Amino acid sequence: MLTILFDGIAYGMLLFVLASGLAVTLGLMNFVNLAHGAFAMAGGYITVILVNRLGLPFFASLPIAFLASALIGFVFERTLYVHVYRKSHLDQVLFTIGLVFMSVATVDYFLGSSQVFVQVPDTLQGQFSVSGVGIGRYRLLIIIVCGLLTIALQFVFANTRFGSRLRAAVDDSRVARGLGINVNRIFAVTFAFGSGLAGLGGALGAEILGLDPTFPLKFMIYFLIVVTVGGTSSITGPFFASLLLGISDVAGKYYVPTLGAFVIYTIMIIILIWRPQGLFSRASSR
Amino acid sequence: MTTPARLTIVAATEWLSERARWHPLEFLFWIAAFAAIYLMPSRHLILTEIAWLGLFALSLDLILGYAGIISLGHAAFFGLGAYTAALLAKHEIINEPAAALLIAGVAAMALGFLTSFLVLRGSDLTRLMVTLGVALVLRELANRNGWLTGGADGLQGVTIKPLLGTFRFDMFGHTGYIYCLTVLFILFLLARRMVNSPFGLSLLSVKDNPLRASAIGISVDARLVAVYTVAAGYAGIAGALLAQTTAFASLEVFSFDRSADLLLVLIIGGAGYLYGGLIGAIVFKIMQDYLSALTPQYWPFWIGLVLVVIVLVGRDRITSWTAPIRLFAERLNWRALKRRPAASITEEHLS
Amino acid sequence: MTIVLETIELTKRFAGILATNNVSLELTRGSRHALIGPNGAGKTTLINLLTGVQRPTSGRIVFDGEDIGKLSTHERVRRGIVRTFQINQLFSELTPLETIGLAVSERRGQGLDWWRIVGSRPDLVTEAVEILEHFRLTDVIDKRTAILPYGKQRLLEIAVAIACRPRVLLLDEPAAGVPEDERHEILAAVAALPADVTVLLIEHDMDIVFSFADRISVLVNGALFVEGSPEEVARDPRVKAVYLGEELADG
Repeated sequence: MLTILFDGIAYGMLLFVLASGLAVTLGLMNFVNLAHGAFAMAGGYITVILVNRLGLPFFASLPIAFLASALIGFVFERTLYVHVYRKSHLDQVLFTIGLVFMSVATVDYFLGSSQVFVQVPDTLQGQFSVSGVGIGRYRLLIIIVCGLLTIALQFVFANTRFGSRLRAAVDDSRVARGLGINVNRIFAVTFAFGSGLAGLGGALGAEILGLDPTFPLKFMIYFLIVVTVGGTSSITGPFFASLLLGISDVAGKYYVPTLGAFVIYTIMIIILIWRPQGLFSRASSR
Repeated sequence: MTTPARLTIVAATEWLSERARWHPLEFLFWIAAFAAIYLMPSRHLILTEIAWLGLFALSLDLILGYAGIISLGHAAFFGLGAYTAALLAKHEIINEPAAALLIAGVAAMALGFLTSFLVLRGSDLTRLMVTLGVALVLRELANRNGWLTGGADGLQGVTIKPLLGTFRFDMFGHTGYIYCLTVLFILFLLARRMVNSPFGLSLLSVKDNPLRASAIGISVDARLVAVYTVAAGYAGIAGALLAQTTAFASLEVFSFDRSADLLLVLIIGGAGYLYGGLIGAIVFKIMQDYLSALTPQYWPFWIGLVLVVIVLVGRDRITSWTAPIRLFAERLNWRALKRRPAASITEEHLS
Repeated sequence: MTIVLETIELTKRFAGILATNNVSLELTRGSRHALIGPNGAGKTTLINLLTGVQRPTSGRIVFDGEDIGKLSTHERVRRGIVRTFQINQLFSELTPLETIGLAVSERRGQGLDWWRIVGSRPDLVTEAVEILEHFRLTDVIDKRTAILPYGKQRLLEIAVAIACRPRVLLLDEPAAGVPEDERHEILAAVAALPADVTVLLIEHDMDIVFSFADRISVLVNGALFVEGSPEEVARDPRVKAVYLGEELADG
C-alpha cells in the first residue's frame, strides 16, 4: 500500500509540474488554454528524439526539453495567443482546441501514431527496497526533481520581486497595470516558463504516462482538474490538488480497476459542485 | 388620447412578433431539404448524416445560443441516445424504430435533467469542466461495461426493424434520410415555437443578464434546467438517429472529439438563430467529405485550422458576411413592409 | 400605519468586515423612506440583504408578517419586493418593449409559456406600452437597450421595476450618473410613483432626499445612526458631523 502511496505522490508531483503553467496562465490572464498539453507533448517528443535517435544522455536532454518547449511557448504566445486574450472564453476554448487538433495531427504525421518510449539510463531503472517498501528509482527521481522545482517555484512566487509582481497581476491585473507593472511582459515570460515546465514534465513523464500523439487530449482533463480544484491564486493550491489527484488515480486504478478513471471524474464533479471556485483558492476579486 | 396609443400598440405587437414570422428563405430551405428526397437520391447517405448532425447542433444551439451555457460534453446525451436506441433494437425490446427513438429521447432528457444542476453554478470554466467530466464518465462506464455496450469494439449485431412496420432501412439511405429529415423538421418546428415564446424570451434575458432576470421574478435556475433538459432530449434523439441509420453504436459517440466537432459545426453557422446548426452541419459535412478525400488520416488538422482561423478572424465578422443574405431576405418581405404602420405613425404621434 | 417590511437585528459580516451591524429598520405602508449615509456605509449591502442577493449572518427580515429570510430573489420579487440597481442592470440586447413586456409577462405568470408567440396577447402588449408611455420611452421603444442614452436607460431601470407592480420598491441612487439635463425626468418619475407603493430610496443628493422623503434613516458603518422626519434629521448635529468627518463625542 505504501508503494501505491509513493507512486501516487510521484504521479501527483509530475502532474503538478505539468499543470502549474496552466494554473498561473489561467489565474493571470483568465485565459483558458486547453492546448497546454501540447507543450508537454513537445517536450516529451524532443527528449525522445534527443535520447533515442541522437544518443544524448537523458539528464542532458531534460534541460533542452525545457528550453525548447519554453521557446515554442514564447513564439506561439507572441504570434497567436496574443490576439485571443480579449476574446470570450468560448473563443479561447475553440482556439486552443483548434491548436490541439493541429498539434496532434502534426505529430502523428511526422512521428507516427504509436506510443514512443524513452531509453531511460540504467541508473534509473528498477527499484530498491526501503523497509519493505518498493521504491522505483525513476519515480524517486521524479519526486526529487519535481520537489525541487516546487520549492523553487514557491520561493520565486513568494520571495522575489518578480513573484510579487506576478501575484499582484494575478490578483487584479488592472490595478497592477495602474501601479506600473508590465503585465503583458510578465505574461509572456510566465507563459514561456509555464510551457517550459510543461515540456520538462512531458520529458520526465513520457516513461510513466505514456507518450503518443493523443497525449494533449488524454491529459487535458487532468490538467484542468488540477487547476479548477486547486484554484489559481497560489502555488500550494494546485500542488495539493495534484497530489490528491495523483494518489486517487493510482489508488483508484489499483483497488477498483473496473471503474478506472471514473473515480477521478466523479470526484472532480463532486468537488466542483461543492466548491465551484476550487478547493483551495481564496475568493478572488473577479 | 387613445387613438395614438392604439396605433403604437399595433406597432408594438408587430415588433414583438416579428422574430417569429417565417421568412421566405426559410421556406426555401425546407422545400429544398424535402425536394432532395426526390432530386438527389444518390446523396441520401450524406444527407442523412447532415440531418442528424444538424439536429445535434440545434440542440447545442438551444443551450449555447439561447441560454449561454458553454458545454464541452454535449456528446454525453448524444451517446446515451445512441446506445439506448441500439440496445433496444439489438435485444428486441422495442422493435419499432420511432418508438425506440422516443424512449432514447426520454432517457437523454432524464440524464439532462439530472446533470443540469451541475451547470447552474460556476464560471464558464467550471461548466466546461463539469460537462466534459460527465461525458468522460459515461465513456468510461461504457468502456468498462463491455458486456452491455460491446466495449471498445462497439455494439455488434444490431438490426433495425422497418420503420412503422413498413419502411425498410436500405443501404442507400433513402428511408434513413426521409426519417431523419422528418424528425428534424418536427423538432425544429417545436424549437422554433419555443424560442419565440415568452419562455424563449426569458432565456435570452437570462443569457443577457441573469442578475436582472432574477430581479424581475424569473427563477433563473428553473429556466436553465428546463432548456438544458429539452436540449439533452434533442441530442439524445440525434444520437438515436445515428444508431438507427447505421445499426451501430460505439464508444466514440461519447468522445471529446464529437463534442468539439459539434462546437465547430454550430460556430460555423452561428449560434442564436436556430439555423446556425443546420447550416453548419451542411458546411461541415461537405468540408469533411472533401478534406477526407485529400488527407484521410489528418482530417483533425484541418478541423483545428478552421477553428483557429474562425476565432482569429472573429466570429462576428463571419456572421456579418451573412448579413447581406439576411437583408435581402427582409427586402423580400414586401407585404410586411407595406402593411407596417410603425415608423410613420409613431413619428406623427410624437411630433 | 402598518409596517409592511421590517428588519430585526439584521447583521452581515464578510471576512472580518461588519457590513451591516444590527440594523432594525421599519417601513410603513405608502411611506417615502430615504436611506442616507457616507460612502461605504453599507446601504447597497442592506438592499442586497432585503432582496435576497446576499444572505444575512444573523437577524430576520419580515415582509407582511412573513419571515422571508430563506426566500430567493425571484421569490421575493413575486411577493412584491422589487429593486433598481445603482449601476444599470438591463438586458443590453433586448429592446425596452421586450424588457417591459417580459417583466409584465413574468408577473402575470406566463413566463413558462413556450407555445404562444411573444406579442400575441393584446392585454399584455397594451400594459407594456402604457408603462413605456408613462416613462416617456416610446421614442426608443424598439431600439436595442445597449445604444440608448444613459438617462433613458436609467428611466428604463425604474420602468422595469414598476412593471413588476411592486409593493415595496427599493431605489438605489436612481439619479446616479445621469447628466444634469436629464435628471428632472428621473426625479419626476420618482415623484409620480403610485401612492400605495412603499419606497425606500438610497440617495446622496440631499435636495432629492429632502423634497421626496417623509422619513429618513442614516446609516453609518453599517449601523443605523439616526432616524426621524426630515426636519429632525436635518437639525441633528451628529448627522452633519458624520458627513463632515468630524470626530464624534462618545455617549
